[in-house]
Order: sequence, then structure tokens, then C-alpha cells
Amino acid sequence: MIDRADWLDVINPILARLREMPGGLLPILHAIQEEVGYIPPDAVPTIAEALNLSRAEVHGVISFYHDFRSEPAGRHVVHVCRAESCQAVGAEALLAHACDRLGVEVHGTTPDGSVTVEPIYCLGNCALSPAVMVDRNLYGRVTAHQLDTMLESLRGSR
Amino acid sequence: MTRVYVPRDAGAVSVGAEQVARAIATEAMIRGAQVELIRNGSRGLYWLEPFVEVETPAGRVAYGPVKSEDVVDLFQSGFLEGRAHRLFLGKPEDIPYFARQERLTFARVGIIDPVSVEAYEAHAGYRGLRRALEMAPADVVEAVTQSGLRGRGGAAFPTGIKWKTVLNTAADQKYVVCNADEGDSGTFSDRMVMEGDPLVLVEGMTISGIAVGATRGYIYLRSEYPHALRALNEAIAAAYSRGFLGPSVLGSRHAFDLEVRVGAGAYICGEETAMLESLEGKRGMVRFKPPLPAISGLFGKPTVINNVISFASVPIILDRGAEFYRDFGLGRSRGTLPIQLAGNIQRGGLVEKAFGVTLRELLYDYGGGSLSGRPLRTVQVGGPLGAFIPESQFDLPLDYEAFAAKGAMVGHGGIVAFDDTVDMAVLARYAMEFCAIESCGKCTPCRIGSVRGVEVMDRVIAARAARDPAEAAASTALLKDLCDTMLAGSLCALGGMAPFPVLSAIQHFPEDFGLPAAELAAAAG
Repeated sequence: MIDRADWLDVINPILARLREMPGGLLPILHAIQEEVGYIPPDAVPTIAEALNLSRAEVHGVISFYHDFRSEPAGRHVVHVCRAESCQAVGAEALLAHACDRLGVEVHGTTPDGSVTVEPIYCLGNCALSPAVMVDRNLYGRVTAHQLDTMLESLRGSR
Repeated sequence: MTRVYVPRDAGAVSVGAEQVARAIATEAMIRGAQVELIRNGSRGLYWLEPFVEVETPAGRVAYGPVKSEDVVDLFQSGFLEGRAHRLFLGKPEDIPYFARQERLTFARVGIIDPVSVEAYEAHAGYRGLRRALEMAPADVVEAVTQSGLRGRGGAAFPTGIKWKTVLNTAADQKYVVCNADEGDSGTFSDRMVMEGDPLVLVEGMTISGIAVGATRGYIYLRSEYPHALRALNEAIAAAYSRGFLGPSVLGSRHAFDLEVRVGAGAYICGEETAMLESLEGKRGMVRFKPPLPAISGLFGKPTVINNVISFASVPIILDRGAEFYRDFGLGRSRGTLPIQLAGNIQRGGLVEKAFGVTLRELLYDYGGGSLSGRPLRTVQVGGPLGAFIPESQFDLPLDYEAFAAKGAMVGHGGIVAFDDTVDMAVLARYAMEFCAIESCGKCTPCRIGSVRGVEVMDRVIAARAARDPAEAAASTALLKDLCDTMLAGSLCALGGMAPFPVLSAIQHFPEDFGLPAAELAAAAG
């Protein structure tokens, strides 16, 4: 966990760099999440003040978008696509399999903090369904067996 | 020096193209072979990815699907000279799937290095912009209108009419915004263009800016597309460094600046007014219309909003003329449509054809039938808000009006195939669930209706399992009523169209809803 002093060191330069950008709140939130791993709720007043917004407005934006997290995720995030194209070739079973293997619910994180499982609604790899994205890496025609191998290596890695 | 092409397209990468590229570079080094590795886009023949091409004196030849384990063997077989191998596919242009297409918008995708301005210009790139710079802005708009181009994002609104509104609205600042929030399942043509020929999008947006008097452009890209983000940023930087973007486009009096903004995982931001809110740094809440974005759009200024494929179709219209483009297609659907074959299909990929091609041709002649080998039962066309179309209607031609007449939509041209193991009640439930997850919450029919829709579908599915046709019929009747409310009362297409997949599933596949025999007979009759 990153403590307050550390994330302030990260957030202040981001705010200094992007606060004048028209419509800059999303780029700011992306940049913070990229660095810190999530948007610390305690950072909301700082962000709001820098952009001359209310805390409610900033909180509203964070909670509206699926990408933004208010608490840390696991070290790796496994996104299993459950949109129609992937459903047509067994995505629901694949997602259930991933949860089963890791012993977590959808959106859950393993107790050791290594992996979070999230559903996602289309990765644009529909000609090679079912698709899975691990962190920023995309996989197509994913079988349960391949997924097991991936999950194993993620659990082993720090 | 032999040129070898390995796609950088996300789909190709998802099945090992990075590993193949690395293996080729390593093996070439070991053997002292002079290889120039070019990372192109995908030709769109995804079942053959990673699709590796070698430039030989007789033209480019392809091998695929190549795995990194095959690379040593390919070198030994002399693939650098285009020799035979079990993965040898011949010339890409001769593969029937590719040969029978009409590639206008996708003319360069899979062929060139996507981020090289030199390669782009060598393949007819930037001719449209050069032509546009010689014309009066109103004439550029007129050419787009005459071409018959309609918005390829799904709504099919005439592009030229939209541009004309922006051109004729006086303002100190105007914007051009590209909607690259390609969230519909079964669609990936925007992604392929952005990864395989991003400069055609840059050129199309620049032409639009010059035509309507806008000096600033934004590409609103979904966050699920990190590979496209990289390619776009590289292409934009290359265009700036060569004077195709900036304060004076190609030395003209026109300025045009362009940047990419990344969304944050909200399907609703593909709705144009929600996208504008998001670009302004707010929640992606749908706006009331009017005012139209063409009059009061981004930051309250006149704004052209088009989809990636719409902008990418503009350069060839300017280069070859409106008539050239209009001569493709039929009725009021002019030009070509990049169609995407997805789901349970053997040969998934990109098929660019003139309007008029039938679903059956696409699914069987191109797609080769289901991946599972079982009979196809239905397809969903146009994303999660599109209707399910039964096998009996597979002779429907891809044409905006023909689809509309059947209560379906062409949308963004994505076709998702399902075999006969599909449970239509589960898909109907999913349509409501998706709407509930992605609703912006502004209007009640969408926000509450979708949640109630999931609950009612749960009752239908439970009644079916309990063999209680009376309860199934009562719940289905309630569901239809709810759909009516959503159709008529929703603010935008999400709540207003989510009933389409639900109602089409009930209409064409009533047997999946546990209904009484009498109702099934009535539906069949």
C-alpha cells in the first residue's frame, strides 16, 4: 500500500501538468491510476481543488466509469470478455472457470493479492473469441487449459 | 535485404505475433540473413493469424497461421525466397476470402507499415487532403454529400449533411471529434484501421477540419484498445513532424491539431452526446437533443462527430471523386461497408464489400459456417442493441433500408454468429443485463426498465425450468410491455434499442421461452 505522502508526490506533478488541459479530469484520473494503481479516496479533495470542481463532481466521475478504482486491485488483472461474440464460443464458462480456479467471485481478488478477475464487455478481438486481457496483454481463442497456465504464472509472479 | 511482414494488429498479437516477430529476428541474426521486419496491420483473415508475408521478386507471399515454433522450420524451407512449406498460402491477393472483397477504406490495411508517412504516400495516401486543399470548403462538403456516405458508426446519418451544418454555423472555434469508442460486440473494423492504417483516419479528420473550419480534433478512443492507442500516437507524431498537422497544414492557411483522448470503460460514451460530456471531463451522461452537436457540441461549439470508418472513407472520396464511391452499393446505401464476422464462425475476419451482399454469402462463402461445426441458428447484427436474425432470413442483403424493414439494423456492420446450442432466453436476459450495467442513469425507462427486464427474464427462465407455461407466458407478456416503454420513452439508443434483441428473440425463437403450445403455434402461423 502506498501511503499518503507518496501518492501526494505522484498526484501533485500530474495535477500541475494537466490541470489546464480542457476537459482534463479523465486524463488526470488515468494518470493517477497508472502511477498509484487506484484513485485514493483521500485524493479527491486535492483533485477537486486543483480543477475548481466540487468533491461530488470528482467522486461522481470516478464512480461512473468502470475503469477507475477506489481501492487497489491485485498485482495482475485478468479481464475475461463476456460480450456476445465471446459468449457464442463459451465465454461464460471461461469466466466461471477463472473464478473457480482462483477461488474468487467476479470482481474479486485472490487472498494473496496476486490476481483480480474482472468481466469486460468487448475487447474488439471478436474474430478470435473467446478473448482475455491480462493487464495490457490480449489473448485470443483462449481455452480453459491455456487460461490455467496463464493464471498459474500470474500467481507465481510478484 | 528481404522484407518480412508480421502484423502488429492486436488480434494477431493475441495469438502470438510478437513471439513470431521476435523468433524471426533472432533466427535471421543467427543465420546472418538480411531481413527487414515490418510490423503491418492485419489483412483481416484472422483464422490465419499470425499471417506472415515475405516480399519476393514475384510479389508478396504469405504463410500462416505461424507459431514461433515454426520459425526455424520456415527458414530451413527457404521461406525468405517464398518456397513451399506446409503453412504456405500463396499470394494474399489470391486467397478467395481476400480476392472477392472490394477494399476501398481498407485499401492499405495489412499492406503498409501503418506509421510510416512515406509508405502511406506511396500507396495513394494524402492525395485526398491535397485535393481538398485546392478546393473551396463548401465544395469539399458537397463532394462528401454527393458520395452518399452515411455515418458508419451505426446511425447511418448522411455525413455531408452533418458537415454542412457545422460549416454554416458561425463560431470562433469549431471541433472535429472522432468517435472511436467501438464498444459493440462483434465489431473491430475501427480497431483494425487505427492499428493498420491510422493515417487514413488522421487524413480524413484533417479534411473534415478544413472543410468545416475546425482547427482542433479529438479522437475519443476506448481504453480497451491499448494497441490502437500506440499506433495512433505514433501516426499523429509522424504527421506532425512532416507538416500534415499543426499550425499550417502542408503550408496552407489551415491549422489543424489532433490528439487522442482515452475513455474509461463506459459503453454509453459511444453515444455521441455522452462522449462529448466525457471529453469535457464529466460523467458520460447523455444530453438532450436539440441542440445538435453540429450546432452546439464540444464545449458548446459546433462539432463534427463521425465514426472512424466514416472519416477513413473520406480521403478516397476526395481522391477518386464522389461518383467513384457512389457507384458501389445499392439504393440509398452507397459505397462499401467493412463487415466483421465474429462469434461462432470458422473464418472470422474483415470483409469489405459493397452494400447488397447477403448474410448467407457472408456466413457461409466467407465465414465457412460455424466454428463448432454445428448448424448456425441465428446471428446478431449491429452489436448488443441489434436484433437477432433467424436462419430463415439469411438471404437479407446488407442494406440499411432492407434491415430496417425487418426491424433489424446494419449498425456498425458486426455480425455475431451462434450455433444451435444457443439459449435465446439467456441472450435476452443478457441484453437487459448489459443495458443495466451500462445505462448512464439519466432516464427512467433505461435505468429502471433494464433492471426490471433482468428480473422478468429470470422469472421466464425459472418458469421454463419448472415447466410452467402459464407463468412463462404471463412474464413474457409483461416483458413485451416493458420493452414498449423502453422503446418509446428512453432518451437515447441504449434504452431505446436494448428491446430489439429481446423482442426479436421472443419473435423468432418463442420455443426458448417456455411458452404454451398454443402461443408457439400462433407465433409459427
